[in-house]
Amino acid sequence: MDQKIQSAPELASIEVDNVSRSAFLMRGVLAAGAAYGALATGPILRRAFAQGGAGDVDILNFALTLEYLEAAFYDAAGKEVPGLSGEVADYVKTFGAEEQEHVDALAATIKDHGGKPVKAPGVDFGDSFADVDTFLQTAITFEDLGVSAYNGAAPMLESKDLLATAGGIVQVEARHAAAIRFAAGEPPAPEAFDPTLNEDEVLEAVQPFLAS
Amino acid sequence: MTAPTTDPQRSALRRIARDPLSRRKFLALTGGTGASAAFLAACGDDDDDETTTSTTDEMATSGDPLADFGEGDLGIVNYALTLEYLEAGFYAAVAKSGLFKGNERALIETIGKQEQEHVDALTATAKDLGGQPAPEPKAEFPLDSAKEVVKLAATVENLGAAAYLGQAAAIQSPDVLAAALSIHSNEGRHAAVLNVLAGEPVTPDGAFAMGADAQTVLDEVQPFLA
Repeated sequence: MDQKIQSAPELASIEVDNVSRSAFLMRGVLAAGAAYGALATGPILRRAFAQGGAGDVDILNFALTLEYLEAAFYDAAGKEVPGLSGEVADYVKTFGAEEQEHVDALAATIKDHGGKPVKAPGVDFGDSFADVDTFLQTAITFEDLGVSAYNGAAPMLESKDLLATAGGIVQVEARHAAAIRFAAGEPPAPEAFDPTLNEDEVLEAVQPFLAS
Repeated sequence: MTAPTTDPQRSALRRIARDPLSRRKFLALTGGTGASAAFLAACGDDDDDETTTSTTDEMATSGDPLADFGEGDLGIVNYALTLEYLEAGFYAAVAKSGLFKGNERALIETIGKQEQEHVDALTATAKDLGGQPAPEPKAEFPLDSAKEVVKLAATVENLGAAAYLGQAAAIQSPDVLAAALSIHSNEGRHAAVLNVLAGEPVTPDGAFAMGADAQTVLDEVQPFLA
């Protein structure tokens, strides 16, 4: 660990910034360093610490991007997956509408905080809608990812109100994930502690679904 | 989707959660519509909770139920530990009852095992914070039929998820917060699958889950304490 800190000078600046945030970030960054090599951690820290008060808006825009993807995913699934019926058809409709509510609430909150909501990304869901099973597997990926993304980003929010907002959303993502998993015959809660992902890991995971 | 729950316990939760102050805060925050209002419930006492040690005594004298569990984060951790003990004890009793077979039994055993993992982690966290972990409460649960047990399990899990959500904004330590969040979403997953088994909606609060404050939660679990 010490070696990694020395090879990433940005880590040295943590302690002069916000101590309570740094402890969390430190751990996430070191985990990323272990997974991808210490050089990969530099940009994460620069983003996290260069922003000051703008940090919350950036985190909300990151969440908004994910919600756009999820909303578009369910919207397209409702039109394209052949033979949707029963509870899965209900989930597509209900969960899709809830993701859209997240989009709307996040966009409004970003504006309230003086920020500019990012635009919806272009999407390409490939063969995700070929049949119900393929759709369910991709939906599991998205919902689990949403849980890990929010859990990873929420502790970095400066505003306690926004933290409560994010908490109310992440629980809904977790509920979606569990219901979709159960419908697919997968364990609804695979781990006692849901894993967290940092922004780079999340962006890497959604990369295949972004139109180039 | 199935019809909304009419369980009196959950209705009471919602009534309290939908107090006008919380709704105003939400509307101010998002400019949102009525349909998605009220998810900031139970955070109305944020300002009191965001205190340093010096004001914790005031919380105790003003009747904050968490003060009985310890100061600051320790109080929240021990409160959560008490709830996790109840959940783990509940599932242990259910497993012994023989009411469930096959896949449902396996699911309930898995959930119970995860609640025990939460107990272990929170016990360690309370010690890390320099405190005494809360003792396991004595509890009794009605185990008359599989149907009633599933319904009770769903109520317990929805309450557990709401309890974590209600405390998230009050946690000071980023490490404790990160742990609480990863448990919170796990409880949300439990709640969802049990709601499915109980014929209840996956997301009974809609797009924004609502938190519950400690007093509400403790009142709800009171009937099960022996």
